[in-house]
Amino acid sequence: MAAVASRTAGLLRLRAAGAERRWCGPRCAGLVQGFLPPGGEGAAQKRRVAHFTFQPDPESLQYGQTQKMNLFQSITSALDNSLAKDPTAVIFGEDVAFGGVFRCTVGLRDKYGKDRVFNTPLCEQGIVGFGIGIAVTGATAIAEIQFADYIFPAFDQIVNEAAKYRYRSGDLFNCGSLTIRAPWGCVGHGALYHSQSPEAFFAHCPGIKVVIPRSPFQAKGLLLSCIEDKNPCIFFEPKILYRAAVEQVPVEPYKIPLSQAEVIQEGSDVTLVAWGTQVHVIREVASMAREKLGVSCEIIDLRTIVPWDVDTVCKEECFLNLEAPISRVCGYDTPFPHIFEPFYIPDKWKCYDALRKMINY
Amino acid sequence: MGQPHVWLVRKEAWLVSKMAVAISVAKMWRQSRGLGQAALVALRRPGARGLAGSRPSTQQQQFPSLDDKPQFPGASAEFVDKLEFIQPNVISGIPIYRVMDRQGQIINPSEDPHLPQEEVLKLYRSMTLLNTMDRILYESQRQGRISFYMTNYGEEGTHVGSAAALDRTDLVFGQYREAGVLMYRDYPLELFMAQCYGNVNDPGKGRQMPVHYGCKERHFVTISSPLATQIPQAVGAAYAAKRANANRIVICYFGEGAASEGDAHAGFNFAATLECPIIFFCRNNGYAISTPTSEQYRGDGIAARGPGYGILSIRVDGNDVFAVYNATKEARRRAVAENQPFLIEAMTYRIGHHSTSDDSSAYRSVDEVNYWDKQDHPISRLRQYLLSRGWWDDGQEKAWRKQSRKKVMEAFEQAERKLKPNPNLLFSDVYQEMPAQLRRQQESLARHLQTYGEHYPLDHFDK
Repeated sequence: MAAVASRTAGLLRLRAAGAERRWCGPRCAGLVQGFLPPGGEGAAQKRRVAHFTFQPDPESLQYGQTQKMNLFQSITSALDNSLAKDPTAVIFGEDVAFGGVFRCTVGLRDKYGKDRVFNTPLCEQGIVGFGIGIAVTGATAIAEIQFADYIFPAFDQIVNEAAKYRYRSGDLFNCGSLTIRAPWGCVGHGALYHSQSPEAFFAHCPGIKVVIPRSPFQAKGLLLSCIEDKNPCIFFEPKILYRAAVEQVPVEPYKIPLSQAEVIQEGSDVTLVAWGTQVHVIREVASMAREKLGVSCEIIDLRTIVPWDVDTVCKEECFLNLEAPISRVCGYDTPFPHIFEPFYIPDKWKCYDALRKMINY
Repeated sequence: MGQPHVWLVRKEAWLVSKMAVAISVAKMWRQSRGLGQAALVALRRPGARGLAGSRPSTQQQQFPSLDDKPQFPGASAEFVDKLEFIQPNVISGIPIYRVMDRQGQIINPSEDPHLPQEEVLKLYRSMTLLNTMDRILYESQRQGRISFYMTNYGEEGTHVGSAAALDRTDLVFGQYREAGVLMYRDYPLELFMAQCYGNVNDPGKGRQMPVHYGCKERHFVTISSPLATQIPQAVGAAYAAKRANANRIVICYFGEGAASEGDAHAGFNFAATLECPIIFFCRNNGYAISTPTSEQYRGDGIAARGPGYGILSIRVDGNDVFAVYNATKEARRRAVAENQPFLIEAMTYRIGHHSTSDDSSAYRSVDEVNYWDKQDHPISRLRQYLLSRGWWDDGQEKAWRKQSRKKVMEAFEQAERKLKPNPNLLFSDVYQEMPAQLRRQQESLARHLQTYGEHYPLDHFDK
């Protein structure tokens, strides 16, 4: 029995949106105080806390010395390792030169030079097309799309070009050394255009790989695998975890295999499958199930969406062995709303309720 | 101080904070320049938190010169006080560079590239061989022997003129009407045919429709159907070539219709901002299937767009092989030396239909087509040049026509007799490695064919 969910929520101050700072000059921070009347009783609710608690994995000792890193720092570390090892590797996209709107590329331009870490014009179809072209020559291209919500102008280049390059040329040409990175998923206040999880649009596109990590340690290993993989990859980074997720992460490079799901908790009664932020939601749901219902849950982090690890998740023959229909818990069939986010997201209560109904089926 | 200032002060009068004073003073300063030092001092009033920052009040901040020149980061230009819109000039557009007249005579001897006889003959033979191959393969589609074909009639000059000006290792990204570039680079007839037939010799392994050629050894990236997608890709490849210090440029071909795509705009802008050694080569042949240029754009063609991106641009007579050659040669020299893009718009005419799926008599007159076929054809013009130099004659013409037709027919008959590739090749190269699921699907097809094989054309396919 599997509950499949793909939406995340929570609050993280989105410094990237810059909204707090835009309306006055850079030195007007002090202006705000004394301008606004204080909030009294009946004032708007305070902003909510996140809908999940990040659960770090035990420190991995097999890759050498580790350092405390949050998610964006683990990304920077992976990119640093890649540029150090591969002289052809370049990183490009909107605003990556100064460090990126989520600070994933901080310090890299100074370290590796402006011909290797550079801004492009504001044009996603151009960014991905350009990245494909670099990869066609055999160099390593790491393209950043500023938000997954903005990947759609590049959809043609990804689906019609990148995914099909090797196949249509009879393996004369390929763009396997292309990796596209993008911040992904709900963040508490992102609304329609800063919260999307578009992996489903790519899930039926043969020729590309789509990968989503749940933590800093996973992110670095999976991103390094994507960069070195000989196929074009899309790496979605749960933005709500950029600062909220902190773990010990190896300083040296290491790889986590693609197309391998991870069973992060064994269980015998119900299987819960998720990826990205939602893994932490269902971890909590599993504890709730154990405490309140005495139910033993298996938790699977899918990690790679396509090509996905069918064998770990289910077997074709398992259809007859299911004791209840598979339940999907996800956002509603609406665009991602702003003020209604707490109601929209597949939080632990909805997942728990689905599990409870499943047990009682 | 005008009305706005008074409103501002009244609205904020209830704010007792010194901040309000600082705001209004700041606005005052912006509205009436020339307050100069007085305004600056006012901003430094103690308690004006945020504005003075942490600087001590005695320090004067240096602003850029207050003299009356524009300071905008976005443009380098002078002020003007006359309201006037720039008029786009389409009546007298960018002039068309040519070397030969329509009769193949050099107009300005200093522009003659003085190519040696062997080279000019190679240009001529490439164009005519392509023309012969086009006739035969077009006919073969009408007879149901191949599924689809696109001819290059009238545009042969754009292909060979540009290809001759490049280095052999310069990377080519094309659209679909550039077979002459491959022909010039000596791509064998057998392989053109193999791709069109999708037979066992096709380097593309039978995966694409005809004319979607690709050749790694000849640095010709495999064609894809979506239009203009190759443009930003070519730019990326050029950037990588620049970084590799390979003394290599990239050339990117596309039609005037594809130039309307967003990918074209993206490619031009990236090439200019990222300083890429690339030649954008636009074949403006008058039609995008049935859509004439008057419905494709309203400006002065494609060449006029280049300067908008900061790209050096030129318009040439695409039916004049030497003009195409000269422009491409010079663009190549400078692109590699200066790491910047060039845009060449080659004016030409699509004499043939868009493809075998098109009948262009539905949207243009036979007279119009005949004019170009008879009065301004790249092959005729070059032939006239060869004849006037004594490098060719009617006897050689007759012999070459016979010989080229024979070569094409032989390759054609061979290609037709060959088997198609093994159906297993349906499944490979999706990824570099075959995923487990795909292997299962491959096995499932094999089992299916064991039972139902009689309903499939297995006899035509390699075992």
